[in-house]
Amino acid sequence: MDPLFNLLAWGPGGWGDELAAGAGITIALALATLPFGVALGLLVALAKRSPHRIVRAFGTVYTTVFRGLPELLTLYLVYFGLSIGLQTGLKALGFSGRMEMPAFVAGMIALGLVLGAFSSEVWVGALNGIDKGQREGAAALGLRKGQIFRLVIMPQLLRLALPGLGNNWMVLLKETSLISVIALPDLMFWTGRATVVTKEPFLFFGLACLIYLFFSMVSAAGIAALERRVGRGYVRSPEAGR
Amino acid sequence: MIWCELPGHWLGNAALTSYGCRMISGLGITLQLVAISVSLGLVFGVLLAFARLSPIRPLAVAANGYMTFFRGTPILCQLFLVYYGAGQFRPFLDSVGLWGLFREAYFCAAFTFTLNTAAYQAEIFRGAIASVPRGQIEAGRSLGLHPPAIFLRIVLPQAAMIALRPLGNEVVIMVKSSAVASLVTLYDLMGTTRLAFARSFDLSVYLFAAALYLMIVETIRRVWDVVERRLTRHLQT
Repeated sequence: MDPLFNLLAWGPGGWGDELAAGAGITIALALATLPFGVALGLLVALAKRSPHRIVRAFGTVYTTVFRGLPELLTLYLVYFGLSIGLQTGLKALGFSGRMEMPAFVAGMIALGLVLGAFSSEVWVGALNGIDKGQREGAAALGLRKGQIFRLVIMPQLLRLALPGLGNNWMVLLKETSLISVIALPDLMFWTGRATVVTKEPFLFFGLACLIYLFFSMVSAAGIAALERRVGRGYVRSPEAGR
Repeated sequence: MIWCELPGHWLGNAALTSYGCRMISGLGITLQLVAISVSLGLVFGVLLAFARLSPIRPLAVAANGYMTFFRGTPILCQLFLVYYGAGQFRPFLDSVGLWGLFREAYFCAAFTFTLNTAAYQAEIFRGAIASVPRGQIEAGRSLGLHPPAIFLRIVLPQAAMIALRPLGNEVVIMVKSSAVASLVTLYDLMGTTRLAFARSFDLSVYLFAAALYLMIVETIRRVWDVVERRLTRHLQT
């Protein structure tokens, strides 16, 4: 039988099922991080536009730090920091047993913090893109502050932010590969295992790259479709030349 | 006492005192890798952008495929593909005399980072060239300029200014991405920090490394802003 087929076969002999499981974890991690990071980004963006100086400064510092640090370093800091924190916390509460920080949660928090910083920039841009008259018009109709944001601002915000958030998602998808260094059994992790056992690094890392590429291309198509959907009410008119 | 031991000494931190010098030398490796890959990537990226915009279809398709691959896959995966994958081609690499290079983690990292950043920079140049208004080219033509002159004297200077800002971002991204070099046994800033943490179990070495990374990134951003403002000063009101 074809040796390539054997290597990638499903079941105990081949690596097909392991790689598929790893790819599943990669996608699960990216999907779990997305809402957390995007919501965090919106909060940071609102903080950066806050009338209070201290809140604004917090937003700026947050963005500077998490945009400037290598993702790998953020990951290590969060993973080891939370592990040590968890250990100390448990000891303070009187538990003596060891408890590991789950790699998935650490990865989610680390990537979410980074995504929060990058998506806050997108949100700020989108917030600036909404005309002041929209807010004033809604206020004139007697809507309360929460209602204005939910009913008037948010739907327009999503349309303006979508291209940027789509970019953020593509970056996030690639960054998940780093989580294999804290032993989360994702696609990179299983690929590494497979190369050690089979001595076929070029084949397996090449395959992993192609799987990531496939995810990227599917995402790009999905984002394009989503953009068309949220933009369906808008026709490009000459005077709306933003 | 050597100067690079001072931060640890001032902070009264034993781990930083013992590993401060290694971390500073690791910072040197990080900066070297970034300088090499960004500058070589610039040359390669310009060529790629030309290929991508060329009217010769196979060339444009090949450049597009290259850019899609390197922009669509994680840099970690690319690095492992080169570093571990090269070993499989040892007989071939030996026969062309390149094995000595691909055996070195440093070369593999610089090589991968160059290929990676070239793809991103090519996309920046492509976008910048495409965003020069058509009227500019038409105006050049109506003045009777040759196509090469139009490109060199009208399109390129304007495209270069548009590309400046995203290029600065790309340099920053390379500084951050270069941290993955530590995963192929290289002792860059991230690698030396990992070593220091593994031996001392003192989390503050990571905080020190974070401060160093932020310092580099912020310095690059500030300097880039100044350069950009200076180069585009004739456009400011």
